Amino acid sequence: MNAIVLDKVNKWFGTLHVLRDITMTVATGEKVVVCGPSGSGKSTMIRCINRLESHQEGHIFVDGTELTDDLRALDTIRREVGMVFQSFNLFPHLTILENCTLAPIWVRKMPKAEAEELAMSYLERVKIPEQALKYPGQLSGGQQQRVAIARALCMRPKIMLFDEPTSALDPEMIKEVLDTMIALAESGMTMVVVTHEMGFARQVADRVVFMDMGEIVESGPPKRMFEAPETDRLKLFLSQILRGD
Amino acid sequence: MSASIINESAINQSTGSREQPPPGLVGPLAWLRTNLFGSWVSTAVTLALLYIIVRVLFSFVEWAFVNAIWHVPYSATGIAQTAVCQDAKGTGACWAVIADKYRLILFGRFPYDEQWRPAIVVVLFVALFALSTIKAVWRKGIDSPIVRYIAMSGAGLILLDNAAGLLDTIVEVGFGVHLPLPFGLLLLLNTIGKCALVFGLLLLWPAIGVWIGTLAFIGILMFGGILGLTAVPVDYWGGLPITLILATFGLAFAFPLAVLVALGRRSTQLPAVKMLCVVYVELIRGVPLISVLFMASVMFPLFMPPGINVDKLLRAQIAVILFAAAYLAEVVRGGLQALPKGQSEAADAMGLSYWQKTGFIILPQALRLVIPPLVNTFIGFFKDTSLVLIIGLFDLLTMGKVALSDPPWQSFSTEVYIALAVIYIVFCYGMSRYSRGLERELNSARGR
Repeated sequence: MNAIVLDKVNKWFGTLHVLRDITMTVATGEKVVVCGPSGSGKSTMIRCINRLESHQEGHIFVDGTELTDDLRALDTIRREVGMVFQSFNLFPHLTILENCTLAPIWVRKMPKAEAEELAMSYLERVKIPEQALKYPGQLSGGQQQRVAIARALCMRPKIMLFDEPTSALDPEMIKEVLDTMIALAESGMTMVVVTHEMGFARQVADRVVFMDMGEIVESGPPKRMFEAPETDRLKLFLSQILRGD
Repeated sequence: MSASIINESAINQSTGSREQPPPGLVGPLAWLRTNLFGSWVSTAVTLALLYIIVRVLFSFVEWAFVNAIWHVPYSATGIAQTAVCQDAKGTGACWAVIADKYRLILFGRFPYDEQWRPAIVVVLFVALFALSTIKAVWRKGIDSPIVRYIAMSGAGLILLDNAAGLLDTIVEVGFGVHLPLPFGLLLLLNTIGKCALVFGLLLLWPAIGVWIGTLAFIGILMFGGILGLTAVPVDYWGGLPITLILATFGLAFAFPLAVLVALGRRSTQLPAVKMLCVVYVELIRGVPLISVLFMASVMFPLFMPPGINVDKLLRAQIAVILFAAAYLAEVVRGGLQALPKGQSEAADAMGLSYWQKTGFIILPQALRLVIPPLVNTFIGFFKDTSLVLIIGLFDLLTMGKVALSDPPWQSFSTEVYIALAVIYIVFCYGMSRYSRGLERELNSARGR
């Protein structure tokens, strides 16, 4: 069973062709890391999967349902797909607990007590249950991103999307977020992760997809991709990104 | 052992004294020195201004209190003998004009013996405002299906009666006959419906219930005609109740309308709604309030079919609502635009519907951001209600002018306008203080 299918997806921003014939499938339980230089369309691609951006050509199927203008189908899909953003996007006027219980209560129609119990269990999993009654502004960046992960998990999604989850963090906070993501990967979640963290890709990814100029240039298991890149573009990208390693 | 304790306390003392700033940097004396007597120029300016302030204050106190005249004798026919006041003019205030005219200014031409009714109305308004500033009042009440059902069926009964009435009016205008409907029964159902709605809301959301209940009671007190109260037509209303009614109803209805218009103007899905909102805001903002009031008063009745007569106060009220909503909509839109796009995207990604996203995520944050300009507009409109004088409604300011048209008191406008200013200041400053408190509370809750 394929969790996500992208079939010849094309997208334009005005006259700018940002996604070119993207074809990719993600199997249930598979962890895919998407990398590529900035402006390569990787964020746009992942945002198309839960229709924060709409595509103009091709087909996208998520959990067997096609993404169209049909709002009911969209609601069903968004319920099953959790997303974590680069800039956390926690709701600053709600407590950590309220951030986590909002969607379960109103979208899943879960009783409040049950939603709070669920939220606390996920906050424990990301190791910050003691912050539950604080506001996002009182937490560090790493803590906020872990709350964002817990908040997405509270909807019990089948698929998790990560859009550069560590890019806005200070170096010492990156590890705590990556550890949370590794633990999630080990639990069997289907994950699509846009990131530059090659160590994370090596450790958890089943497959790495390299994008450039809006198209998928190369994809394969991380070991093969990093040790024996086939295309010049990937070689160039790896030489730039791994210089610091 | 004892030596180590001494050492510790010595360390504590030394670090303690280091945390203290050097003397002369804090305290009122230091504040005076840095802010008022920092250099010889600022010392000179401080002294000069101090002299002017003291002089002005002294002469004002002398005029307003020391030499003031509080009462004047009346002639046998009841005409005020203002000769004393005329003599004191320029040296002492004549507060006797307020003592003589305060009921006219506050309550207008409302029948003299019935003026306890508008007096209670003013007290009710103030109590309603005061009650609304308490946060606990806005908490949710009992939210059960039965309570909802009571409120909904109440609203349904009211709608039923109004729909029947409207249908009957249309048929009457068109064909000149009345519909054979049981109007007595419908009116009874309407009354039951109103009670059910208020009762239901009171349980469901106490604050809204209290508001609707109080406003309904205010309506009964002003109109009369039931419960043994003499009926008083709107033409006899005046003074402070008119100002408070126009401002309160105006802003209470304009605000929700403004939020809808602001949301509509930012809609990407519904271009027709967006266009409508843009046209509405630009049209209303493009004309002065006076002309909107004038249109509501003079032109609107011309377009209505004969036989339908919308009350003058109601017309002014609708004009104020429409006008205030256009301005408030732009303020709210400013708040909506200030929110980062990520907030909306996060809500979308979680599967929240448009109205859930708007109600739980977007509006609470956007409105918090615009409390200062929002209250600015509120205060502006509270004062702008005095423009209704142009269409012959007698608000507080207009009643002051009417009071001054009485021959014996004609030359004491300063005293009357000062008294009016004090009333306006009390209400406007109250709003301002409340908004500042609200801002502080909302910001501290976020830990910022």
